[in-house]
Amino acid sequence: MTSPETSPETSARPVDGGHTAVLTPVLTLDDVHVRYGGSHVLQGVTFEVPATGVTALLGRNGVGKTTTLKAVLGLAPRTGSIAVRGNPIETQATTRIVRDGIGYVPEDREVFAGLTVDENLRLVDPERGIEAPIVRDLFPDLIARRAQRAGTLSGGQQQMVSLARVLLRDNTVLLIDEPTKGLAPKLVTEVADVLAEVARMTPILLVEQNLALVRRIADTVVVLDAGRVVHRGRADALVADAELTRGLLGVSMRREGAA
Amino acid sequence: MTSPAQSGVNPDATTEARLRASSVSRASTAAAGAARPASAALTPEASGSVPSPSATATSAPTSSTRAQALARAALPLAVLMVLAYLPYVPTELPGILPGRVNGPGSLQLLATCLVMGGIALSYDVLFGRTGLLSFGHALFVAAGSYLLTISLSTWSLPLPVAVLLALAITGVLAVVVGGIALRVGGIAFAMVTLAFAQAASIVVLRNPGGVTGGEEGLTLEREALPSLLVGVANAPYRYWLALAFVTVAWLVVSLLVRSRAGHAMAAVRENETRASVLGLGTYRVKLLAIVIGSLLGCLGGIVHALVLGGSNPHLTTSEFTLALLVMVVLGGAGSTWGALIGGFLYAYADARLVEVSGSSLLESLPHTIGQVLSQPLFILGIIFIVVVYFAPSGLTGLGGRLIRKGRST
Amino acid sequence: MSDFVLLATTGLALGALYFLAASGLSLIYGLMGVLNFAHGAFMMVGAYAGWLTMTDLPPSLSVGVRLLVAAVVAVALGAAVGVVVEVVLIRPLYRHHIQQVLVTVGLSLASVAAAQGIWGADPRPVEKPDWMSGTTSLLGARLPTDRFVYVVAALAVLAGLLALLRLTRLGLIIRAGVENRTMVQALGIDVQRTFTIVFAIGGAAAALAGILYAQYAGSVSPAQGGSLLIFAFIVVVIGGMGSIVGTAVAAVAVGLVQQLANYYAASGVGDLSVVLLLALVLLLRPTSLKGATA
Repeated sequence: MTSPETSPETSARPVDGGHTAVLTPVLTLDDVHVRYGGSHVLQGVTFEVPATGVTALLGRNGVGKTTTLKAVLGLAPRTGSIAVRGNPIETQATTRIVRDGIGYVPEDREVFAGLTVDENLRLVDPERGIEAPIVRDLFPDLIARRAQRAGTLSGGQQQMVSLARVLLRDNTVLLIDEPTKGLAPKLVTEVADVLAEVARMTPILLVEQNLALVRRIADTVVVLDAGRVVHRGRADALVADAELTRGLLGVSMRREGAA
Repeated sequence: MTSPAQSGVNPDATTEARLRASSVSRASTAAAGAARPASAALTPEASGSVPSPSATATSAPTSSTRAQALARAALPLAVLMVLAYLPYVPTELPGILPGRVNGPGSLQLLATCLVMGGIALSYDVLFGRTGLLSFGHALFVAAGSYLLTISLSTWSLPLPVAVLLALAITGVLAVVVGGIALRVGGIAFAMVTLAFAQAASIVVLRNPGGVTGGEEGLTLEREALPSLLVGVANAPYRYWLALAFVTVAWLVVSLLVRSRAGHAMAAVRENETRASVLGLGTYRVKLLAIVIGSLLGCLGGIVHALVLGGSNPHLTTSEFTLALLVMVVLGGAGSTWGALIGGFLYAYADARLVEVSGSSLLESLPHTIGQVLSQPLFILGIIFIVVVYFAPSGLTGLGGRLIRKGRST
Repeated sequence: MSDFVLLATTGLALGALYFLAASGLSLIYGLMGVLNFAHGAFMMVGAYAGWLTMTDLPPSLSVGVRLLVAAVVAVALGAAVGVVVEVVLIRPLYRHHIQQVLVTVGLSLASVAAAQGIWGADPRPVEKPDWMSGTTSLLGARLPTDRFVYVVAALAVLAGLLALLRLTRLGLIIRAGVENRTMVQALGIDVQRTFTIVFAIGGAAAALAGILYAQYAGSVSPAQGGSLLIFAFIVVVIGGMGSIVGTAVAAVAVGLVQQLANYYAASGVGDLSVVLLLALVLLLRPTSLKGATA
């Protein structure tokens, strides 16, 4: 709540061309804390995710980006208030939260390696699995590999499985953690295309290190440092300001890479 | 299961500083709790580098904290003196002790309870201090007991040599078993240590070459012992021996938890991943804990054999290891008083609850319920479950909470 | 040769009993990370429920029929006890793995003591159907028929579990949960219910192991479950924790090694060789053990 805001103009503002009216944020975090044993990982994180487009959650390594996503999902012990479209979820169990419309694509994909592609999808959608229309539209390459064990897929293919199984559900908002980590440039582009496509229907909170990708698909940015929000603003403004970028994100951010 | 903390915490300078700071505060509380005036000398690098409030408090104690520390030092010493004086107390405590306090029956019971307290303390080095859920600690206690009796009878060694031999063999055993079992972590470690202890139990029960005495156990060779430890009349000396063992165990554990190794063990217990990130060789730390705990346990086994006049195969069973776990958790894991009191009370309850079974209270109950309640392990098992649920820090933790509550109101 | 066939069959039969005891343990550990010491109590429940049912049924019924009814009662009771233990004792301690183990330790101590109080510590003889006491000739050896009963029962349970795991939605969730429980929840799937079902399955299989082991030993005693449990633990560790096929292979290996070493080396060596086998497996392939950091 007290974190410095370099540009306080975001949240309630239409971000994708102005054809939407002023919308209430889809996800609100207010003074969220996470403590693990002796360490205080999130120290009062407050921000909102607008109801449209991609919101990028940025920051150096270890500032609490992944923990923020896990706090929303109830996978990390959290205090403070978290609300989806105004409904508080901070006391609910993970399963409930996800069923109520928060889709999660974790860091490192976390597909079930011993299960086939189809089985990975059928966990979420027992009826259709690989036959769901969204797979045909967005991930046609997976259909030929439906009987292959997910552990034997390439990193890019695993990412597609991880994205596809979340999209089989109707989501209010998607939390996606470093989807392009460790992927070749061509695959980064493919993932970016999918994310841009998905974002037309569902708002996304995206943790991403690749600034080029952030510039291409993100509308809003939130920057964390040492467990606190230190910047909120428009993505293009941040990326255009090299000095601000370096100051907030350091040199660890990847500027290279296709998107 | 990887802890979710990993993603949020990085091995950078700030984390390390935080961890060091926390280890300083741990050191200071441990020092205060164990009645040493200052811990600064024991953790020079930590207290030197990070100025945390607790570190300053310990390096420059005010007169009131010094007085408190002295008061805390006085408690264990006072307890020790009272216990040492018991063989001169002729009072009868009906219902609590069999006969006079200084009678042989009472002293034998108290000595057994003290030995169990010390053995529980040795197990707590693994479980409470390092977070190792070992189900094989009975192996080392039994090794001490049986190696002593076998050395004295079969191999006809003199007592000091027998003691040293028992310690040496147990040390080697601890390195081998620990070294193998530590190749897996967590719950799997528990299962593997259980299997090794079971192997030892099988060997003892099969009685190879008539050495272990099988189910009968093995009686101590009386001729090999100093006359002070033999006979009903010398019960006070065996009692003092047990008290000496507990004192040694107490001192070793108190010094250990304040040493560098002790801090490393605490770090492994709190968060093994982070401890390894900080460059602590967690494998070696855990192995060290196993070896120290096992040697103390071996010593406990030796004293147990001397106090009870022989080795009992019950010491080798998995049931005994589980009993150790129950003792430590009952009393309060990771606390010197807790483990000690837990072991003492468990042994006491185990011995005295049998007497209760003949009491009129049980006879008024329906037959079956009375029979069930007459089983000490039934009652202890249920108490144990209740403690795990409602007093996770054990009886001493519960007591501490109640005392603090009483003070604040 | 006939000695070997007899030993191998007995080893196989023992392996079958170990598998029955270990399968539930392995699934429970793999899915929930719970080391269930109360599994020995589940076996004891099966053994005593079977014994009591057999003595309470009218003696006009043949022993075989009574044994069959007793097995059904034991399995049902085992499943029920599994559900109660999971819901009442395990679930409130969710995510506290050490406390969960401690609670099951307390339960195992208390239940064995209770059985001792009620029925005494000494073994009580159990009736065995005549046809199971007889022998069958195979490959020149006269083999006790009951051995085949244990193997057939274990094969049936193995087939049933594999069908459950491979063909049903519940099985899909269990397989996914054994791999990564947290992610299953993060996909919005309720694993809590699965935990209860797995405990019921484990309890039922353990109860079956209990009643069959009582047949094998010819008696019931409170300590039986505990001694079977230790070998079940070893089987679970060797088998790779959470893998049913691995558990089956390990159970057969442990049963065979134990029998053969006991006969060809010396009595008692078999049990030690099993522990040696465990040590070897740990030294040679520690990384394949799931839960190494659990």
